[in-house]
Amino acid sequence: MQTVLSIAADSLAYGMVLFIISIGLSVTMGLMKVVNLAHGAFAMIGGYIACYATQQLGLPFGVGIVAAVVGTVLIGIPLERFLYRRIYGAPELTQVLMTIGITFIIIGIANFALGPTLKTIPLPSQLQGPVDLGFRSIAAHKLFAVAVGLVVAAALWFIVERTPFGVRLRASVDDAAMAGALGVRTKMVYAVSFALAIGLAALGGVVGAQLLPIEPYYALHYMVTFLVVVSVGGAGSITGALIAALLLGAVQTTGRYIMPEYGEFFFYLAVIEVVAVFPHGLMGRSK
Amino acid sequence: MKSVFLAGLALVLSNSVAFADTIKIGVVGPFSGPAALQGKNFQAGINAWLAVNGNTIGDDTIEVIYRDLPAPDPAQSAALTQELIVSEGVQYLAGYYYTPDAMAAAPILEEGNVPMVVFNAATSAIVNASPYVVRTSFTTWQTSTPMAAVAHDRGIKKIITVVSDYGPGIDSETAFVTGFTAAGGEIVESVRMPMNTNDFSPMMQRIKDSGAEAVFAFLPAGPATLGFVQAYVENGLKDAGVTLLAPGDLTQEPDLAALGDNALGLLTTFHYAVSHDSPENAAFVASATKAIGSASELSFPAVGAYDGMYVISKMIEATGGNQDAAAAVEAVKGLSWISPRGPVSINPENRHITQNIYLREVAFEDGQYINKEIQTFENQVDPGWKAP
Repeated sequence: MQTVLSIAADSLAYGMVLFIISIGLSVTMGLMKVVNLAHGAFAMIGGYIACYATQQLGLPFGVGIVAAVVGTVLIGIPLERFLYRRIYGAPELTQVLMTIGITFIIIGIANFALGPTLKTIPLPSQLQGPVDLGFRSIAAHKLFAVAVGLVVAAALWFIVERTPFGVRLRASVDDAAMAGALGVRTKMVYAVSFALAIGLAALGGVVGAQLLPIEPYYALHYMVTFLVVVSVGGAGSITGALIAALLLGAVQTTGRYIMPEYGEFFFYLAVIEVVAVFPHGLMGRSK
Repeated sequence: MKSVFLAGLALVLSNSVAFADTIKIGVVGPFSGPAALQGKNFQAGINAWLAVNGNTIGDDTIEVIYRDLPAPDPAQSAALTQELIVSEGVQYLAGYYYTPDAMAAAPILEEGNVPMVVFNAATSAIVNASPYVVRTSFTTWQTSTPMAAVAHDRGIKKIITVVSDYGPGIDSETAFVTGFTAAGGEIVESVRMPMNTNDFSPMMQRIKDSGAEAVFAFLPAGPATLGFVQAYVENGLKDAGVTLLAPGDLTQEPDLAALGDNALGLLTTFHYAVSHDSPENAAFVASATKAIGSASELSFPAVGAYDGMYVISKMIEATGGNQDAAAAVEAVKGLSWISPRGPVSINPENRHITQNIYLREVAFEDGQYINKEIQTFENQVDPGWKAP
């Protein structure tokens, strides 16, 4: 029983980290219809900025997170203006080719400028060390990740479903021409959503850095995992991404405990089954 | 006609005269890609050696030619090796970070009349792939076996082994299990983890549930070690007194700063620590640090490369600069010298380096984390080598 609870706790934490990093990609793929393979690269940039802010400049962890999100968005805005704007509505292959290219360029720059060693983001003392849950102890930063995940999910749901911006965003996604005709500045809406998505990537990169450490190949290592979470959950669905991340986190963690030799087998088995039953993902809308 | 021409060319090459030649050394390694740090260490080791000894041997000048092989890729390794021999005309081959790459290049050596000095690849069988292979690094068997004695001496009876599921991981597991059961210990479980594991918490739960007093772990140097050590501490295993034992790949120096306090007190066995206390090592570290640019990036492949250059220089001396692979390899069999890692020699039987293996404890001294040597296992041969 204790073991079961323990694995459940690990599953929840791992699933939440997956959710935080993947949700931004779900926004780009579902709402903006851009297959952004460079998503992981933005998460990595966030991680590097947080690392620089906390280690080199000695700023507190909280400031590091804010700096990471703001810094990544600032880097992302010109990329959106000059590169991504050209591929909105382009065929998927074009989008994939361009974003994978961006990924390799960012990896190359990171490797050259920051070195191939892995970087850590020092945690504040409150998040260090284990917290006793009664049946086991769990790392405090994992509880933090769970909390951040819940806040992100709630905030995003609110923005998309309950604010005027959310209304414009959904309108632009459904029919950009009509939304434009009705006075919605679709370019602006896309730019803001893009900024939101990469800001979330950066946040995920920092919060998840304890499980997925920051190094130049981060952007490629976890790309498939992020894509899988989005496709299982259904692109664009916040609830879908949350359920998918928790489900896959649970499958992965349990598999690792019971039969580590099987590796990713159970993970991908779950993916195949879900996609076979729900071709558009758990909560995805059919096209 | 073409073959006649090639034969003639080969004759000319092999009889090249012994005055003031440029002798080319082809180095294959990961200079970009995920293991670029290790390739950088190859370069640092080579440049450190050249800085100390100069680039001339007798009348001959050495020229090093690099070829990048970012990830294990046997076909590409064979192609690069061939290109180095045929179009660059190298007399010596060196480097090779991954076992499959060295294995793929080995069959070309005899035909090309070129010796290969392996700077890293750590599987015992490589030296059997060709009589022209000499190795100055280590084998996973060599670094893992002494840990069995360490565990036994510390009164540990029940151990769980946890290794990355690939060649060196399995070598490490077999080496440790062989040594530990021979000493009378019990292996309660042997788990193999997939290479891309990133969350190690479930593994720690399994270690806890196994009831073992200690865990023997092998993970390749790199990102995964951080998550593993962190999970070990955060899941309360360190506090519960479950000892973590591992070959030194787990705590290579460039990763130590990231591992931080979590790694303090970890016991690892390895052939080289940057903190090794000897005048030879002090000189090596000074010039290798200069070559690599930053002290925090210096790691064990640099010393493999540095000693490899020494071996190549002895080969060049012995052959007077002539291309004669058999004579060159023969000349370094039994060669012994003081390396930055301690006294070493080339075992004449299998052309692998015989060296001290050190038990080290991660410590914090003078503002940095180091692998502090606390026990020496002298003159260790490769226990994993079997005559072909």
